[in-house]
Amino acid sequence: MPSRASYRRNTPSRAFLIRVLPALIAVACLFLAWEAYCDLSGISPTTLPAPSHVFAQAWANRQGLWDNLLPTLRATLAGFALSLAAAFVLSVAVDFSHILRQALFPIFIISQTLPMVAIAPLVVLWFGFGLMPKILLVALVTFFPMLVALVEGYAATEKELEDLLGSMGASRWRRFLLARLPSSLPYFFAGLRIAITYAVVGAIFAEYAGSAKGLGIYILNAKNNFRADLVLAAVMVSSVLTLLLFGATLLLQRILAPWIIETKGARR
Amino acid sequence: MKSSLLQLDRVSFSYDGLPVLDDLSLTIGRSQFISIVGPSGAGKSTIFKLLTGAAHAERGRILFDGDMLDAGPRHFAYMPQRDALMPWRRIVDNATLGLEVQGLSRKQARRQVEPLFEEFGLAGFEQHYPAALSGGMRQRVALLRTVVQGRSILLLDEPFGALDALTRNRMQLWLEAMWLKHRWTVILVTHDVREAVMLSDRIYVLSPRPATVAKVIDVPLPRPRLRDAASRARASAIEGTILDALFSPQDDDQQRPHLQGGSTQ
Repeated sequence: MPSRASYRRNTPSRAFLIRVLPALIAVACLFLAWEAYCDLSGISPTTLPAPSHVFAQAWANRQGLWDNLLPTLRATLAGFALSLAAAFVLSVAVDFSHILRQALFPIFIISQTLPMVAIAPLVVLWFGFGLMPKILLVALVTFFPMLVALVEGYAATEKELEDLLGSMGASRWRRFLLARLPSSLPYFFAGLRIAITYAVVGAIFAEYAGSAKGLGIYILNAKNNFRADLVLAAVMVSSVLTLLLFGATLLLQRILAPWIIETKGARR
Repeated sequence: MKSSLLQLDRVSFSYDGLPVLDDLSLTIGRSQFISIVGPSGAGKSTIFKLLTGAAHAERGRILFDGDMLDAGPRHFAYMPQRDALMPWRRIVDNATLGLEVQGLSRKQARRQVEPLFEEFGLAGFEQHYPAALSGGMRQRVALLRTVVQGRSILLLDEPFGALDALTRNRMQLWLEAMWLKHRWTVILVTHDVREAVMLSDRIYVLSPRPATVAKVIDVPLPRPRLRDAASRARASAIEGTILDALFSPQDDDQQRPHLQGGSTQ
């Protein structure tokens, strides 16, 4: 029976490994089942290539994938940065002005009802095949979740904190900086994790609608050449990219707001 | 009696047309410890709102040191229900919050607060986050944050209400000792009658809403009270009086709580 001390000896990296191990095993099982199905059913590789085949082709075409990954990454990050900046500025504006909130929120919600299939070609039509339409589309899909996260985060500020700061004579702006903004951070990071996954999908879709380079156009070309293996290879690359960005948001939270984890740890 | 430092004179207040305070008067002298007890929802916390400027009396006067209370200098340090510590600030930075709002730099504020950690039983915890502290310690941080603001009167709003019974008793003992040493002027809002008797020089018992002062009880027991058996016996007699006042039907004209008062609306 393991003693209590042996649990405590777990280093953070080992604890991390133990936490992700079930997920790794599950993914490995999925790939094995897929591989087995392709081998046993005799399905044509042009319809459903086996994962081993996809990996081999991904490696053989690594230069092309890499060249197309970079524009997608650039569009994702630039669009996400624009979205974050806009969401922050507007969240502050609606937090301070009730009228602005009532005026703008319906527009924000409508922006979420626009079907990407219709909007993406239009934005490409207006702004061409360069970086700009991708940035705009990524911003469009990620703006709203970030805004809602921030606004709800401000609203989640403990009333007692506001009363306390009020009794100290803090101004509205001071109360925002000292209480409302930090209170929103757990919500902000939760929104960030959701929005970053939308961002990659948004960038790829924008490229799909018209682009010179990028994973989206790579997928479109591969499909048109009946290369299901390269479509899947590009999909895997985009999944890995999303996972890495997701991991980056967790890391960012650790660095910028270590107390969020500490709070959870104490409650457990 | 000592000259009054703060005086509420026939103060009335209503919220959304609902009368909350009605002709409420109370007085506190310098270095006095008074308590306000009353049924929940009676408007105990509303009194603090009037004092901190979060609400304004409709009728009546509030005098501080003989002058009308206005929006000018702040005389009150407020400790809200629960501890209201900021989870993103370390203990030392929570303690300095009020000083920072007053305009001190973080460094100056820390210098002012650091010598007090020992006395508040918080030495060694300066760099911890609040989540790492026990309920009792968090309350001591909250009190430290209140005291260092250097205001004339401390407003404590059910400070120990969220603690378990044992911790609450320990905190009451500790607060009594601290008060004996520092002689702060304190207004304590509580629904714990025993706590009020153990800590206060004088107790104002409020009626149900709209709140008015149903009974004023002076507590002439010698201090420290909590450790002394004879004091405890006399204290429970006073507790009984307060409970009678709280549970008796109100007679609006005379504000005289008696058990036999038969006028049911």
